[in-house]
Amino acid sequence: MKTVVRLRVNGDEVEVWVPVHKTLLEVLREDLQLTGTKHGCELGECGTCTVLLDGQPVLSCLVLPIEVQGQEIVTIEGVAAGSELHALQAAFAELGAAQCGYCTPGMILTALALLRTNPAPTRQEVKEALAGNLCRCTGYLKILDAVARAAASLKDGSSYGG
Amino acid sequence: MAADDYTLIGRPIPARVDGAGKVTGLTRYADDLFPARLLYGKLLRSPYPHARILRIDTCKAAALPGVKAVITGADLPRPFSIMPVNQDEHALAIDKVRYVGEPVAAVAAVDEETAEAALHLIEVAYEPLPPVMSIEEALAQPDNRIHTYNRVGNVHRVVALEFGDVEAGFAEADYIREDTFFFQGNTHLPMEQHAAVAHCTPDGQITLWSATQTPHYVHRALAAVLDIPPSRIRVIATPVGGGFGGKSDPFAHEFCAVKLSMLTGRPVKICLTREEVFYAHRGRHPVLMWIRTGVKRNGAITAMHFKSFIDGGAYSSYGVATTYYTGALQTVTYRVPNYRFEGLRVFTNKPPCGPKRGHGTPQPRYALEVHLDKIAEDLGLDPVQIRRPHLAKPFSMTVNHLRITSCALDECLDAVVKRSEFLQKHRRLPFGKGVGLACSAYLSGAGLPIYWNEMPHSGVTLQLDRSGSVCVFCGAVDIGQGSDSVLAFTVAEELGIDPRDVRLVTADTGITPVDLGSYSSRVTFMAGNAAIVAARQLRERLFAAVAEHWGIPARHLRAAQGRIFAVTDPSRSMPFAEAVQRAEAKFGTLSASGSYTPPPLAGKYKGHGVGPSPAYSYTAAVAQVDVDPDTGWVTVEKVWIAHDIGKALNPYLVEGQIEGSVYMALGEVLMEEQVFRRGVHKFPSMLEYKSPTFLEMPEVETILIESLDPEGPYGAKEAGQGPLLPVIPAVANAVYDAIGVRLDEIPITPEKVLKGLELRAKGQVARLGPRGIPAFAFPPPRCVEVPEEWLVHLPDAKTRRP
Amino acid sequence: MLRLPPFTYLQPRTLGEAVRLLAEQPPGEAMAVAGGTDLYPNMKRRQFEPKYLVGLRRLPELRFLHGDARQGLTIGAGMTLTEVSTHPQVRQGYPALATAAGLVSTPQLRNMGTIGGNLCLDTRCNYYNQTYWWRQAIGFCLKKDGDTCWVAPGSRRCWAVASSDTAPVLLALQAQVTLLGPQGERTLPLAALYRDDGIAYLNKGHAEILTRITVPPAEGLRMAYVKLRRRGAFDFPVLGVAVALRLADDGTCTEARLALGAVASAPLLATEAAALLQGNRLTPEVIEAAAAAAFRPARPLDNTDLTLAYRKKMVRVHVARTLYQLAGLAAPAAL
Repeated sequence: MKTVVRLRVNGDEVEVWVPVHKTLLEVLREDLQLTGTKHGCELGECGTCTVLLDGQPVLSCLVLPIEVQGQEIVTIEGVAAGSELHALQAAFAELGAAQCGYCTPGMILTALALLRTNPAPTRQEVKEALAGNLCRCTGYLKILDAVARAAASLKDGSSYGG
Repeated sequence: MAADDYTLIGRPIPARVDGAGKVTGLTRYADDLFPARLLYGKLLRSPYPHARILRIDTCKAAALPGVKAVITGADLPRPFSIMPVNQDEHALAIDKVRYVGEPVAAVAAVDEETAEAALHLIEVAYEPLPPVMSIEEALAQPDNRIHTYNRVGNVHRVVALEFGDVEAGFAEADYIREDTFFFQGNTHLPMEQHAAVAHCTPDGQITLWSATQTPHYVHRALAAVLDIPPSRIRVIATPVGGGFGGKSDPFAHEFCAVKLSMLTGRPVKICLTREEVFYAHRGRHPVLMWIRTGVKRNGAITAMHFKSFIDGGAYSSYGVATTYYTGALQTVTYRVPNYRFEGLRVFTNKPPCGPKRGHGTPQPRYALEVHLDKIAEDLGLDPVQIRRPHLAKPFSMTVNHLRITSCALDECLDAVVKRSEFLQKHRRLPFGKGVGLACSAYLSGAGLPIYWNEMPHSGVTLQLDRSGSVCVFCGAVDIGQGSDSVLAFTVAEELGIDPRDVRLVTADTGITPVDLGSYSSRVTFMAGNAAIVAARQLRERLFAAVAEHWGIPARHLRAAQGRIFAVTDPSRSMPFAEAVQRAEAKFGTLSASGSYTPPPLAGKYKGHGVGPSPAYSYTAAVAQVDVDPDTGWVTVEKVWIAHDIGKALNPYLVEGQIEGSVYMALGEVLMEEQVFRRGVHKFPSMLEYKSPTFLEMPEVETILIESLDPEGPYGAKEAGQGPLLPVIPAVANAVYDAIGVRLDEIPITPEKVLKGLELRAKGQVARLGPRGIPAFAFPPPRCVEVPEEWLVHLPDAKTRRP
Repeated sequence: MLRLPPFTYLQPRTLGEAVRLLAEQPPGEAMAVAGGTDLYPNMKRRQFEPKYLVGLRRLPELRFLHGDARQGLTIGAGMTLTEVSTHPQVRQGYPALATAAGLVSTPQLRNMGTIGGNLCLDTRCNYYNQTYWWRQAIGFCLKKDGDTCWVAPGSRRCWAVASSDTAPVLLALQAQVTLLGPQGERTLPLAALYRDDGIAYLNKGHAEILTRITVPPAEGLRMAYVKLRRRGAFDFPVLGVAVALRLADDGTCTEARLALGAVASAPLLATEAAALLQGNRLTPEVIEAAAAAAFRPARPLDNTDLTLAYRKKMVRVHVARTLYQLAGLAAPAAL
């Protein structure tokens, strides 16, 4: 069953003609060329494909586009303000919190949702918020540092906060 | 140049030149490529661990609308393997399957669903054979052979070497101890699933984009398997979303994508599912180990005898190297005057094992460091006392002819002991809390290439543009370790420019000079050196042109901050771009190449190809654990780790490698295992293969020790693998310190700990681990004399006595 | 990539319409989906290939939570686990429920998965939660496409494990669930929803939809939920211990309910253990006796993470620990 789905992705209204059983992950990557959303298992077991849905992190591998019409979807491509990196992106790049970079989009989006509701999280709160995102490269520590740095620079107002 | 003069090297500048792409989603990994007219490939895999293939009928699959090509082993009959010996794999199985998940056929179709549907239509008739699923079974069933090319039964490789006089060494010992250990297999689990896109164009050119750590070796293997001149094949390694050794072999999906593209004339992509990644494997070998060491009362080792029994899985892969690696580096941390190593790798009906971070050395390192902990206790020494006086010395030779240059293991050990307050805590913390210590060493690149040749291991070509930008061409692959950044920083440092003015073209066999690949921790050392050589040539030309213009000697010039300066007259300077233009006017188009070949390090005996390295990194670690005596739950509270990096080119990058190594080690020691049941992988999923999350990762205190290696770029050595090694035994030793139970088997799971506590409560030997080793008669060892001079002469550096 | 099998997606506007759409199809051909976090992975692995999915995600009738510990709580089945675990009245009045909902899988999956879905979670087994291809390699199993239970090959029943975190807590809290079906609405104790059978694990018609959960007042109840699993995220419980107690001023236990998750195909009420607590003060002896009683009926099998012997031992340890904690006593140091 193919259907027309209208999505709001990174502030843009888009319309796609897709099989209804195609997941949001597949549609983002294959129909909208938004390949910044990665995948690691397609079963909800790794967090790699995280996107924001109305500001909340969800796994795009287990979401049907038809179910989220009219909701605001943000992918990694929608995080920077034009060519200006978000404070989280800048901190991840500077500290080497992205090594292979494959988990990074999901990590940044999950952290973004956290900082929007909790602008000054403790290290433990960051760990709990990001516990659904696996990373095999970093040992997570540089990621924790990057989120802390981003939170601090957003508090200063010295960085773009999205 | 004194270290302080560096502008970029060693400075905490933004870690990565590829950072912006990775944080914005712009970096294109292999599966992100969607060329026009793309077809999707899928592999049909064997459901049997061991079976003869009687027939394969692909007619129905080929007839399915949307299917463009179907291939079987008959279409790719030429064998391959990463090592030149034992070319025992086929892209698609021929005649026989040897593990559940082995590819037997492949299809290309207009979409992935059609390709998947076509797989269900391929009919394969199998005749099941009894599977061989363990080291013990492999040795017990010599007539149930997995391969026939090997000489005996299921024995892939046997090694027996003796250095010095081991019997005499044991005779000298005041105390001798024997232990057995088992290290369960585990896998890399990169976040990115393996993917490759092949395109064969009508001009006869073949391009493969692949998530590979070794594009050069894939290039060679493609040419051999497809029987096509390598000059027509171009392999481009896409940014790799995690490798850890798991993307270092040529893989079935790469050959099949190319073959399917040749047949269809369209680009073909194959991206493995997560389950298939577990079957591709090439991960940590399960190893059963026996170690016997003789020591003096003060802990000085007089002789060591080490045996390893290695479960190789179904194919050879890197297994010959792995076998040697399980015996090679025992001598590089502590002085071992007499040493015997016997190693045996068997075939089993499981996905082939291969190199995972530390390749063949974490298992013996675990065994050795726990064994030493036990010896120390037996002798009434503490874990520092048994190690500290007997560490390997800088600028020395080991008994097995490994040349050690820089070595600051003493400083590493002192640093972690002090920072962790190890001696105040060891055997003094309350029951359930403990600390453990271990040391290790690792290669900064293998001294020899995988196939014998005398060409450089790494090459860099630089091209200067009139704008002042530099383009770096290098075959090195960034798998997340930061090799692109190292190249950019090195070139920028040498030319005195902003790293943002350096562009990189890497890992493209059609364009870039060969670098052998991102394995054996070789890239910073080798590509870094090659980049320095190339950049200095260009700098010389720039200085010559500027010197001529200013009428001063070139030796008075320096390049820094995007300008060329006269050191004798600071008022004189010129923008870098202008210098380039003057040099181009004088010399013509500006480019230069540099390459790196390790010094001759090997050759004294057969098997010496594995182990030599231009430099060894050193690490010491202390782990502090909490063990819940009711549940056996082990929580690692903190890890202190000191790493002799030689020189940290970028501290963030180095710390990142160390923290990542600690993480991977903790996964291996506490929870990760690749295990099988009824011939099938027990849980090929991210959910059930337990990879630690944020919540399991302790804080890590990282201490960088800079020993300035005389041959490393700016003195640098490796950081990507070595720091994994000591963490595993440090945790095992800490668990013993906490509860008095010896875990001589990895991983240390709660049920094993609890069982050990129960044994202890019953007054029995509180140990979990293998009871013994199989009865196997190793051939008489090849006896190698100890090196004459335990002294190293470096051509352009100091000569030091050990 | 693992992909979903094709289906037709139906989007009812009301619950009634949803029930009608489900009832129109034979069992198995239409399935209800809310968060999708349990169903979609199963569909990708081909445990289910329904022709129709009936989407409940947007039905406002399922999206409410009212009440408090004094009046009792009513929770719409479509509330996400995040919403339940962070709701002030849940956190205040039913902390064990907040804990359990907040320990399910990962933050992302809790933003998607619903409390109703967690109660109806398919039973799990590591011979079953595998891809079609894997299950084919092993010869399939009793729960799906095969005739052997690999966990207990002689067995005629399926031993897949009840793996919900919220079910044990809601059992201990004596929750009721309301189902809407073609014959109308019925309300039953949560305990009656479950059957100790890995395949037919719910007493629920295929066209019935779990619409709401009613939790009795809980003022003065002490409650806790403890989850055993390898990692602090992702993992399903290999043991869940839920306890609800009322202690009189003199410390006598006047009310006690214990429920265990992940030790059988249904969440189990440990009635014998509860009986040992009732009418007694929670002394170490009473606690240990209750823990031993809870331990006996637990029958974990070798089909989840960690060994069955270990998981069974842990029942006693964690029940005792939970009781010590609720009694305000320090657990005795082991060994």
